[in-house]
Amino acid sequence: MQSLINLAKHIRKISVWQIFLVVMALPTLLALLGVLSSFLHPDIESLSHLAQYVLPQTIKNTVFLVVGVGAVTTTLGVSLAWLTAVCEFPLRKFFVWALILPMAIPGYVMAFALVGLFEYTGPVQQFLRETFGSSSAFPDIYSYGGVVMALSLALYPYTYLMVRNAFQTQGLRSLEVGQSLGLSVRESFWRICLPMARPWIAGGTLLVMMETLSDFGTVAIFNYDTLTSAIYKTWFGLYSLPAALQVASVLLIFVVVITLLERKSRASQRFSQTRSSKSVAGRIHLSGSHRWLALLVCLLVFSLAFVMPVMRLLYWAVPNMNADLTTQFWAYVAGSTSLSLIAMLMIAGLALLMAFTARTYNSPFAKIVVRISTMGYALPGTVLAVGLFVPVAAIDNALGAMGLSTPLLQGTMVVMLLAYSVRFMAVAFTPLESNLLRITPSIDAASRSLGVSGIKMLAKVHLPMVKGGLLTAMVLVFVDVMKELPITLMTRPFGFNTLAVRIFELSSEGLWERAALPALAIVLVGLIPAFILIRKSDAR
Amino acid sequence: MITRMLNSKPALATLAVSSIILGLLSACSPPSEPTSQIESVENTEQNDALVVYSSRNEHLIRPVFALFTVETGIEVEYATDKAGVLIERIKAEGKNTPADILITVDAGTLGYAAQQGIFQPLNSAAVVERVPAHLRDDSDYWTGLSLRARTIVYSTERVNPEQLSSYQDLGGSQWQGRVCLRTSKKVYNQSLVAMLIAEQGEVKAESIVSSWVANLAIPPTSNDTKLMEAILAGQCDVGIINTYYFGRLQEKQENLPLALFWPNQADNENSGVHVNVAGVGILKYSKNAAQAKRLLEWLVSDSAQALFAGVNKEYPINDSVEINPQVASWGSFKQNPLPLSQAYVLQPAAVKLMDRAGYK
Repeated sequence: MQSLINLAKHIRKISVWQIFLVVMALPTLLALLGVLSSFLHPDIESLSHLAQYVLPQTIKNTVFLVVGVGAVTTTLGVSLAWLTAVCEFPLRKFFVWALILPMAIPGYVMAFALVGLFEYTGPVQQFLRETFGSSSAFPDIYSYGGVVMALSLALYPYTYLMVRNAFQTQGLRSLEVGQSLGLSVRESFWRICLPMARPWIAGGTLLVMMETLSDFGTVAIFNYDTLTSAIYKTWFGLYSLPAALQVASVLLIFVVVITLLERKSRASQRFSQTRSSKSVAGRIHLSGSHRWLALLVCLLVFSLAFVMPVMRLLYWAVPNMNADLTTQFWAYVAGSTSLSLIAMLMIAGLALLMAFTARTYNSPFAKIVVRISTMGYALPGTVLAVGLFVPVAAIDNALGAMGLSTPLLQGTMVVMLLAYSVRFMAVAFTPLESNLLRITPSIDAASRSLGVSGIKMLAKVHLPMVKGGLLTAMVLVFVDVMKELPITLMTRPFGFNTLAVRIFELSSEGLWERAALPALAIVLVGLIPAFILIRKSDAR
Repeated sequence: MITRMLNSKPALATLAVSSIILGLLSACSPPSEPTSQIESVENTEQNDALVVYSSRNEHLIRPVFALFTVETGIEVEYATDKAGVLIERIKAEGKNTPADILITVDAGTLGYAAQQGIFQPLNSAAVVERVPAHLRDDSDYWTGLSLRARTIVYSTERVNPEQLSSYQDLGGSQWQGRVCLRTSKKVYNQSLVAMLIAEQGEVKAESIVSSWVANLAIPPTSNDTKLMEAILAGQCDVGIINTYYFGRLQEKQENLPLALFWPNQADNENSGVHVNVAGVGILKYSKNAAQAKRLLEWLVSDSAQALFAGVNKEYPINDSVEINPQVASWGSFKQNPLPLSQAYVLQPAAVKLMDRAGYK
């Protein structure tokens, strides 16, 4: 009898978690189904045109872009993380947090600043022409290299943050192990530290690639056509939403491929850690020229990715500052900040529960459901916004038909937050998942034998071990929500505005000078969580 | 905080999370909005706020609505987004849409919205009287509110305006390597090419566009201002832009070595300067159609027109309205008489044509 009750409890417990997972994945699933249901009404005419004249080039461009940005951000992210987490060189403590800051600069702002500086009519080429009579040797910024540079500078902090978390918790310890095996630092890096950091590197690269796939604003400034620009062109230019969604499903194939590659890159390994991560060894003190080289690399990235765009924004914002710093402006700041805070707490909390659930019930079902609920990050924001809005409106209308006063959901923050959690689940989930991988099954077993299990185990045993990942997740979500536009535009209540909406309003009519002030505000507010993160994670 | 939340049982944790979120929500949402919104749906009294969905930017519509509220006492709420998104939103909301009016900045999208069945006929004598026939829908589902003229801009240092004549002429051999164009993904260029198709037929239009592409000095620019900067820097000599971008640059920089040229002006041509409209339609499921019509008719009145067009240096829909002196200084021109109702039909064809011609 007792065992029967236990069994019943067991089943009930599992089903609660399974229901939780499915509920988490449901909105994303609805949006994805919306995309795929477009095949019920194929727009053959538009599709055949696209297949002949548009898709070959855009697919090629997309592959090149994703690979290029993935490679550059991984290289930058890993090397900067290594330098600041493990080595010692002048100004290291400054760069630890300074190198995160570019994350707060939206990609299109980065692109606009870069283009403004380096294009033919910009100050650099003007200077070259005045000095040398010609600037024709200067590489064209409106090129593949230009787009990759802009996106990489805006996105490398994702990888940097995640990989730093890995190196910080296990880098020095792995080096010690290497030394005890008689390996040089270089050998230890390639043979121990880097392989051990693979889940973090893969996770960071995955986020960057998904963000690159869904980007529209940055590539538009370079007039570099990707699948996402083809989706918008089909929707707004050919007036065919079905054909646009069919193009979007090509994009989904990309996401699936990238996700599978990431899975595969981790599958062969088992990441565990048996001891507390505090290391006794000191940092590597770089010698002579290496110190200055490290400083130079950090300085270069920081200048290009942060100082330069911020200077550009300041140059525009200062003349209009007094006129634009109105009470309304502060309302935008308050709107953005409160929204990001709420979304951050909610999404990080949900992601934590989800990561824990998925880890505990490590079934193929759980894995698939979790994958689905993190796919929202790669869909172009506008497509996702519409994909979510349609079912919400349908629910509202159904409630209305039942005699309830409508709209219950539309125009409320609930819908907004729901949509954010669909969009940014990947951002919160990925850093957590990498950290959870480190917690060995034996820790769970030990904890259970002491009578600590379920949610208690998560709180008392796992949470302290994933603290770094959780903080990373929170900062990423906070900053991403600050920058988010399409969902905010579509679901915000009347009269509620954010800084990103303000930037959109001004920049879409070409008023970049006046968009600079809200852009600066996003950067400044984004600095706050970066500071907190570093203070919490880098006490030394 | 999270640790504390997670100490409890799962159900409690979920409850805690949601209650905290809800608490924070109510703390941060603007206090007056939600109630007024529900009211606007529940009661259809005369003095309800009108709800406008607009792809025309907030800073261009806010002063106009403020004036309307002062003159009539009717409040106006609005939500801005891209036109295509707003149309999907209206379709999804169906009968329960809170919106009464849709404003967009392109005749093609208005035609698309009409085709999707989200508008109701305007039935307005004032609109018929005030708005020239080619600038409103021939089935009466929408009307233009202001004119956006897309014309030729040239360097006054390197181009003699006598060399210029028409849009199609920019494909001529004398402009080899001297032309700048904005990206074909911008709707302004799509409607320009749609007009060329209406005028010249698709085959001829395609060869014109191809000849433009062949004459390009640099790859298409991302916006009209960049195009003018490229001319100023000597990268090219002529280009096609919307006049208000020129107006803004002129305001910032005195003695700008650029000028506008009005093409296709010959009297015998059934052609003229390409114009598009910012325009408006009343939604089929508006719960406030009478008020919506009042706003719409007010928008085509003289006082509103001067403001609506004036804030963005556009042209009023009716040429009896006095225009901004700076805009007036660019001279008058003959508009293309092509009915803008055709834009919706021809714009997809124009997009495909530009793809075929390799116009990026």
